[in-house]
Amino acid sequence: MVENGEMRERKNGEVDSASAESGGAAKSVSKPEKKEKKKEEITPRFLVSSSPHMHEGQTVSGIMKLVIYALLPVTAFSIFMFGLAAFRVILISVGSALLFEALSQRVMKRPVSLRDYSAVLTGLLLALNLPPTSPWWMILVGTFFAIVIGKQIYGGLGYNPFNPALVGRVVLTISFPVQMTARWITPSMWGMNPVTTATPLGRIREALLSGGQVDLHLSRQGFLDLLLGNRAGSLGEVSVILLLAGGLFLIAKRVITWHTPVSFIATVWVLTGIFHLIDPTRYANPSFHVVTGGLFIGALFMATDYVTSPISGRGMLIFGAGCGLFTVVIRLFGSYPEGVSFAILLMNGITPLIDRYTKPKVFGIRREEKAAA
Amino acid sequence: MPLRSFFGGVHPIYNKELASGAAVEEMPLPKRLVVHFTQNLGAPPEPLVKKGDAVKKGQVIAEARGFVSVPVHAPTSGMVKSVDVFPHPVGTDLPAAVIEPDGSDEWAAECNVERDSTGLDGEAIKQIVFEAGLVGMGGAAFPTHVKLSPPENKPIDLLIINGAECEPYLTADHRLMLERPAGIMEGAMLFARVLNVSETIVAIEKNKPESIEAMRAAAAEREGVRVEALDVVYPQGAEKQLIFTLTRRRVPAGGLPMDVGVLVQNVGTAYAAYEAVRFSRPLIERIVTVTGSGIKQPANLLTRIGTTFQDLITQCGGLVNDTGKVISGGPMMGVAQYSLDASVTKGTSGIVLLRRAEIPQFVSDACIRCGRCVRVCPMTLNPSALSIFIERMDFDQAAEYNANDCIECGCCAYVCPSRRPMVHHFRRAKAELRKAARKAG
Repeated sequence: MVENGEMRERKNGEVDSASAESGGAAKSVSKPEKKEKKKEEITPRFLVSSSPHMHEGQTVSGIMKLVIYALLPVTAFSIFMFGLAAFRVILISVGSALLFEALSQRVMKRPVSLRDYSAVLTGLLLALNLPPTSPWWMILVGTFFAIVIGKQIYGGLGYNPFNPALVGRVVLTISFPVQMTARWITPSMWGMNPVTTATPLGRIREALLSGGQVDLHLSRQGFLDLLLGNRAGSLGEVSVILLLAGGLFLIAKRVITWHTPVSFIATVWVLTGIFHLIDPTRYANPSFHVVTGGLFIGALFMATDYVTSPISGRGMLIFGAGCGLFTVVIRLFGSYPEGVSFAILLMNGITPLIDRYTKPKVFGIRREEKAAA
Repeated sequence: MPLRSFFGGVHPIYNKELASGAAVEEMPLPKRLVVHFTQNLGAPPEPLVKKGDAVKKGQVIAEARGFVSVPVHAPTSGMVKSVDVFPHPVGTDLPAAVIEPDGSDEWAAECNVERDSTGLDGEAIKQIVFEAGLVGMGGAAFPTHVKLSPPENKPIDLLIINGAECEPYLTADHRLMLERPAGIMEGAMLFARVLNVSETIVAIEKNKPESIEAMRAAAAEREGVRVEALDVVYPQGAEKQLIFTLTRRRVPAGGLPMDVGVLVQNVGTAYAAYEAVRFSRPLIERIVTVTGSGIKQPANLLTRIGTTFQDLITQCGGLVNDTGKVISGGPMMGVAQYSLDASVTKGTSGIVLLRRAEIPQFVSDACIRCGRCVRVCPMTLNPSALSIFIERMDFDQAAEYNANDCIECGCCAYVCPSRRPMVHHFRRAKAELRKAARKAG
């Protein structure tokens, strides 16, 4: 009965369509005459649906917009640091994400849902994960894989097992290693004086591979530069402070919880710290590992993606720890200088498993049952 | 020591001020009463009247069938015009007697007689409560005498009188506590005598300070009775959550309050017990809050059972033009009505009328797994996973994820950004699981 009402609502989107029919026995409910609307004695038609009959008001697009707002400072900063190059990457990425979303939904005969802002967010996140020198065609390949392969072929928002923006980024990292990992530029005000360079993590890798050593002790100034974002890197990963501000905003707005980011970052810090203690000449300072690369954007904005991460607090803690572990393993022993994206995607893959084993215990379960379970 | 509430819950806009200031007024006797025979959970009572019968006020018109069942009484004197099916506020059409009042409102012989209750023992009180047709008046309408008869291996040590009234909009319990605290207290003491408990707590949410004050004054002279002010969080008044807040005891999953030695009764039920025991008045009237932005003059009306929603609405000045939803009960757990011919039953605490613009539309978009439902579920279920299983009609999985423990409070749907009709799914799963259990024998 109720479902009928809801289905009809969805189709034609008007409130009063469902009531007369869902009542079934509408003998007492006469249809209102439109002409007589001004008269008081109209027998109204009523909407019938399951309880509750109130809603807090939050929507999917509302949540997506909050995440986009949280990314705005870091987005603006990337334009400030890398200039037009950054603006160009963002524009192409967001625009093409919207285009691919609309096209694929049209082709798959699904309602086009650009208004939920999820494609905008995916496009923005991908842009923030790209180097400012990315060629336009590469960005298109990235958004295509993010939106079409990463999301829509699984059924769209809510059904994708992997974080779409990360699918895009990882495809690009594997396919275009030169563009993705070797062509970095130093930031300068409005991108006026770009100089080709390597990322901090990249420099360490190079040094280790060539058998040499780098000075792994961070000077105070060096650390501050890393925090503020005065370094080479993807658009959005450079300013730890602004990412943190955005993340705290989302936690304050209750869009995300602290579990995943804290467990992710803490795991990276602790594990790299252990290696640093073992051999400080080979393994960098843990604080360096925490503030470089894509850890903050990954931990605060990618690993917290609802669809692809666990739903309970306990699950999120496990998920974050797993992300941290894989990140450290890849950074220290893998063939890529950065491992955050791969780590999160790997953990996305076992999210259903984590959810299964962190199923919340129902309130009031008996002790004996608990012991037996 | 402040009481820490249960896990989860939500803070809806309560809108209680619409009706909380309106003193209880007597609803004039309508021209026609539609008295449903089914007004209790359990077995529906057996009708005793037919078309053309004359009835007196308080006369039994349907007798209990089995233990979990209570009689139904005529709310006034008059003539039975017909016995037929009519819209019941639960959402289906059920048999009811239409009584045309004769205007004299004349009591049946045995009713409305003052009685000295001091000498009555527990069994006698229980019998009177049963004969008066008492059911839980908070909404579930479970027969009161059954609740008062815990098996011997489940001793009760605490009686909770539930005046939390955590549903938004409703103010019937609030007005009752404010205006008739002594009666509630006396009724509570009758329950305490039946159960032989020495500790009674009257539980009221902090958003009703006047009620708290009135009940504290009424409880002042009584030994073993105290009034607790509770944090305002929905569903504070749900039995299991209320017990946890007050005692830290957890009613086991699938269990009842008596499993942890507690019995919970609504304030309205306590008052009805007082009326029944002291004055031999069966349960034929109750306070109904008529409220919401869809009604012209919100009110708390002392209403005869069987009064149609239409009559109540007319009494309150009528509907505003764009009223789009009529809810029997509160907006979180109440039942949307399709017809104003539905009539007040013993469990009807209020009628909430909402305008079209305020009605949320639940549309079944995909779950984005944001986890809000998990964080508000007071039963600590995983509503997200449950709703997905149920959409796939995987009811076995739903059972494994404890679908049967859902209390249908609506918190999950209230916060769902995808506006998924969560409670609807869970009701369906429970129905399917019941069906499967019956089949399995």
